[in-house]
Amino acid sequence: MTDTILDIRDLSLSFGRLRALDGVSLQVQAGETLALLGHNGAGKSTLFKAVLGFLAPEAGSIAIAGHAPGTDAARIAINYLPEVVAFPRSLTGREVLTYFSGLRSAPKTGIADLLERVGLSDAADRAVGTYSKGMRQRLGLAQALIGAPRLLLLDEPTSGLDPVSRHEFYAVIAEAAARGSAVLLSSHGLEEIQTRTDRVAILARGALRAVGTLEDLARQAALPTTIRVTARPGEADQLQTEFGGRRINGCRLEIDCAADAKLALLARIGTRSNVLQDIDVAVPGLDDIYRHHSNQPDEEASA
Amino acid sequence: MSTRIGTVFTQELRLARRNLWVALATVVLALFALALAFFAAGQGAALDADVLSLTSASLATLSVYLIPLIALLMSYDSFAGEIERGALALTFATPVRRWEVFVAKFLAQCAAVGLSIVLAYSIAGLAVLPLFGAGPEGIAAWLRLIGSSVALGAVFVAVGLMLSAFSGRTARAAALAIGTWLVLVVLYDLALLGGIMAAGEGPFASHVFPWLVIANPADAFRLYNLASLDTAPVAGIDGLARTLPFPPVAALGALALWLGAMVGLGIFRTKRIVP
Repeated sequence: MTDTILDIRDLSLSFGRLRALDGVSLQVQAGETLALLGHNGAGKSTLFKAVLGFLAPEAGSIAIAGHAPGTDAARIAINYLPEVVAFPRSLTGREVLTYFSGLRSAPKTGIADLLERVGLSDAADRAVGTYSKGMRQRLGLAQALIGAPRLLLLDEPTSGLDPVSRHEFYAVIAEAAARGSAVLLSSHGLEEIQTRTDRVAILARGALRAVGTLEDLARQAALPTTIRVTARPGEADQLQTEFGGRRINGCRLEIDCAADAKLALLARIGTRSNVLQDIDVAVPGLDDIYRHHSNQPDEEASA
Repeated sequence: MSTRIGTVFTQELRLARRNLWVALATVVLALFALALAFFAAGQGAALDADVLSLTSASLATLSVYLIPLIALLMSYDSFAGEIERGALALTFATPVRRWEVFVAKFLAQCAAVGLSIVLAYSIAGLAVLPLFGAGPEGIAAWLRLIGSSVALGAVFVAVGLMLSAFSGRTARAAALAIGTWLVLVVLYDLALLGGIMAAGEGPFASHVFPWLVIANPADAFRLYNLASLDTAPVAGIDGLARTLPFPPVAALGALALWLGAMVGLGIFRTKRIVP
């Protein structure tokens, strides 16, 4: 049985003449992590603010565990970490968590455990002003884990973190998802989230361009594999007539082919090893897949 | 409800203390109060008047400038700064009500300003008491001064919070706070003086002018304190204190109206903030 925690249907929202969100539909299930990708200004933060009830939708609906945004039940269900958050520098980590526990009516006894989970036990009684960026972000995450969140809303939680901190961050998020929280997190690009989420949604200029697992997105994009061939001097022309492709310079050639035609093409090129100096194979990366989906014109996306 | 208000209140008061606002305000106010008290003590001996009454009169005039400034400085950043830092979005995402946040911040900052006033003026009062003594009238004037100063501080904390909620940006909130201080505390008096000079004796001076004076919370505070004193020498706008068409307590009513209006307006605006 699936348990839909966040259900967004045909959500549209404008700021004056700027259409910030345009017919966005998105569901996140309990225990699922969904990454929302988009450039700056794609509408990610606007979507979050609508889910939090800060902005009223122009059209469409949002339900958080069946409740309207901004209602008590919805606010109890959601825990949020904004993109930029600066806790008062003179408070300690423990005091910050005490504050948010109080606002959420959560028992203060859970604070030590939260600090432990994000690895801040030793720094709990130091002023936030002395924390590194990674520590501040982890404190923000600890704040977002107060109580038993049904929906974790994380706005670019790992931007600016080093790879080690990022890894630890995702481990804590995975743990929360394993406890049954639905997680919606936003990010700038696929490289940031890599394979740490169940599904990915790509938002560009307020509209959803693609939703699915990374494998789905790669398949839909059907990006070609590029084979880069370096020919011996004077042989490049001959190779181009034989295999096609683009000439990069006097001796280099780039040939695009579908992923499943790659082996056969390589075998054919291999037979001409007498005129080859080098062969290099470039498989489309995560960022290529992201760029493909986010740059699609609207017609193509709806086709 | 009460837990959430208590939570925000505790954090705000803790911040006011850690940011040294309470200590700073107490020291500034205590120094001024002590200086004025001993200055009045010198005069009091010559005039054969009660030292505490005299000090109350001069402190009332000084408090009109200092207390609004301290209250505005303490409160102007409260919403605007948190909006800029992204902290308010986090608070508003929790089940706390917006009005609870406003009320808790207001109460905490009133407590901070009030604590400074009570401490500072008590220190000054207790310093002159054993040296020069005081009659019941002087002590009453001193207590009236402390109480109404706390009320004046509360009004301007509410003004500062309201401006902070309206502006949403620290720089703009600071400009609004200073502008409000200038208008209500300095320019308003000048304008009234100009008005009375131009109008001379007449219906304006006797019927309109007193109401214009108590319409301003700073002037209402001063009027209340000076009108209640019988012995202190008063001049200028304060000379009005002798010929009021209403009892001095009405000035406290004006302060209460301001307080209610500012808190109401602040809550109204806080409910509409998009953090």
